Amino acid sequence: MTIVTPLPLRASSTRRDALRFYGTWLAVILVILILPRVFSSGGSLTTFSLAGISIIFALSYNILLGQTGLLSFGHAVYYGLGGFLAVHAINFLGAAKWPVPLPVVPLIGGFAGLAFALLLGWVSTRRGGTAFAMISLGVGELVASSTLILRSFFGGEAGITTNRTKLLHSFGFSFGLQIQIYYLVAAWTIIALVAMYALTRTPFGRMCNAVRDNPERVQFIGFDPHVIRFIAFTFAGFFAGSAGALSAINFEIANSAYLGAQQSGLALFAAYIGGIGVFIGPIVGAIFITYLSLVLSDLSSVWQLYFGLIFIAVVAFAPEGIAGLLLRHRPIWRAGEIMRVLRAYLVAAPPTAMMLTGLVLGVEIVARHAVDSRDNPMMHLFGLSMDTSGPLSWAIAAVLTLGGFAIARVTWTGVARAWDDAMTAARAEGYLT
Amino acid sequence: MSELIFTSTLNGILFGMLLFLMASGLTVIYSMLGVLNFAHAGFYMLGAFFGYQLSRWFGFWPALLIAPLAAGTLGAAVEHYGLRNVHRNGHAAELLFTFGLAYVIQETVQVIWGKAPVDYRVPELLDFPAFTVFSTNYPAYKVFMLAMALVIFAVLLLGIKRTRIGMIVQAALTHPQMVAHLGHNVGQIFMLVFGLGTALAAVAGVIAGPALVTQSDMAALLGPILFVVIVVGGLGSLPGALIASLLIGLLQTFAVAINTSLGSLFGSLDPAHAPSLLTDIWNVSIAQIAPVLPYLLLVLILIFRPMGLLGTRAT
Repeated sequence: MTIVTPLPLRASSTRRDALRFYGTWLAVILVILILPRVFSSGGSLTTFSLAGISIIFALSYNILLGQTGLLSFGHAVYYGLGGFLAVHAINFLGAAKWPVPLPVVPLIGGFAGLAFALLLGWVSTRRGGTAFAMISLGVGELVASSTLILRSFFGGEAGITTNRTKLLHSFGFSFGLQIQIYYLVAAWTIIALVAMYALTRTPFGRMCNAVRDNPERVQFIGFDPHVIRFIAFTFAGFFAGSAGALSAINFEIANSAYLGAQQSGLALFAAYIGGIGVFIGPIVGAIFITYLSLVLSDLSSVWQLYFGLIFIAVVAFAPEGIAGLLLRHRPIWRAGEIMRVLRAYLVAAPPTAMMLTGLVLGVEIVARHAVDSRDNPMMHLFGLSMDTSGPLSWAIAAVLTLGGFAIARVTWTGVARAWDDAMTAARAEGYLT
Repeated sequence: MSELIFTSTLNGILFGMLLFLMASGLTVIYSMLGVLNFAHAGFYMLGAFFGYQLSRWFGFWPALLIAPLAAGTLGAAVEHYGLRNVHRNGHAAELLFTFGLAYVIQETVQVIWGKAPVDYRVPELLDFPAFTVFSTNYPAYKVFMLAMALVIFAVLLLGIKRTRIGMIVQAALTHPQMVAHLGHNVGQIFMLVFGLGTALAAVAGVIAGPALVTQSDMAALLGPILFVVIVVGGLGSLPGALIASLLIGLLQTFAVAINTSLGSLFGSLDPAHAPSLLTDIWNVSIAQIAPVLPYLLLVLILIFRPMGLLGTRAT
């Protein structure tokens, strides 16, 4: 992984640094507490809960991909099994009337993920790179296919349902209301965030980075990369399992979709689009993906296609992800050269937007044409309605796309030039080594 | 019992050869470009859908020619405009690019042709029983598929052994660095190989489409098995891919067939009425243990022989 920038080693000895560090965490906690007061509708509460679960899942995925350099295509296995174990635990505990409150259940899911990661991880992590990717894919398919065989445990196609309110009520919480689930998810998100951040700061976290960057060298200094990969894998399994349990609590159901390839793909998308090189990246990605999936699915019937296209665009043009891309501007910002780059962005924005509008228009026309062109050729997009059966809409889409592309190409070279100038200036002022 | 063994062997070989058509393209691409093309099964699916659409417009036989060409051109374009630019960010980025591409192909197919299976039929010319064994009719189209797969296999083998491109491909299997140092136009060869590989996958799609179900999840169902084939065979080994393809083809067919003969799980499914045993393989909801077997094989191979059956190179 050459694209990953190592986390800066910092002693955080100065008081100011410590203040900034704890201030950031406090601010995050404050925002999480205040959010439901500002956006109190049921829809936004659900969105926040989903985002919290995605954040844990994406961060757990990044323990593998970003920190240890393991590209997994089967991470949902641990998420899903955590979810299933949580549902079974709730059902069992509720029926047996054991005095276990619901907030403990994510821990059960986490240990389920951990147990399965211990079971499957040793074989999976023998080698990194492509071999690991293949094995994770195989193991993922193996477990996902088993859901239809082991029906009593996985509930076949329908899945297993539960009732989260059957457990022991704690502190007056029955966890029937979404707001209570929100706080449960929020609390777990903060715990997982702190734990996973702390993990990156331990010597073990550093060894993971070393395995990612140069496994031979790790072996040479007397550590076994296999063991380090395996331990990282179990940690990732634990947090994925707890995320799966939270998801099962949120929906009160676990089904085969939880551990399918699609779910693994979502973790990959979220972590990578956000940026795998920095800790905040997967958080940004998870929020972005959650928000986008909820908003886009309302706007367009082909929203998943846009998902894939965004992912490809990130891989091709911004391999450090959204967070990495933003962080790249920091030296320029500090050098006071940001305006130069911003101006170039402003110039490039209109033709780029034009090109993207044309592309979206084209996709929507094709989609409308393929689905129900006979029934309803009229399409509503960007507040306008147009007839997709005529050649006019096709022509508009083509002109916007091609014209936008032609102009955008020129303006983006301008951006590259402005970027180079600003970087040179920043380097001259010593903000960049 | 002998009927079961006969038809299962035939179907197993047929499925294995189809797997090999795809795995060969994937293996050659992996060997030369060093990238595991996640979208390979996507091109197989595109082949099936292109074949369906073109055979509705022009008939099956022109479609058999045009669809792979179109898919191959698309593949070459993907290499030229996409993968090549991603390459500077390393192999992981290339892998992720093809992963995203697989996703986009899947969604695009869903947008254009919908989620339901399309009515891709066996051409009338071949819509008759070829021969009857033990009171079971063996359709002529399957014989045609088998013949096609064998012919392409032979052409591929000859192409690799006898042609200049084949020599370079062969050299790249064992000495990829040397080929580059010898001053071949590597970029152009890469594009050509990628196009050829995807075209091969599309051929498999065009001819498998009518016999199996042509629908938007066929890539997702077959893609992972394809990786099992090349891992079990040994990454970068063409003969290994052939052996693994046939092994998995036979394994799955026999697993399904034995289940059927037991009658306990498939009591309602009389083989005479079912469209094809191969359909069951793709149809996870019907086959019970068969879909898991390749992955079990994969895990076992990785435990006991991580380089695969005939592989020599560590990944």
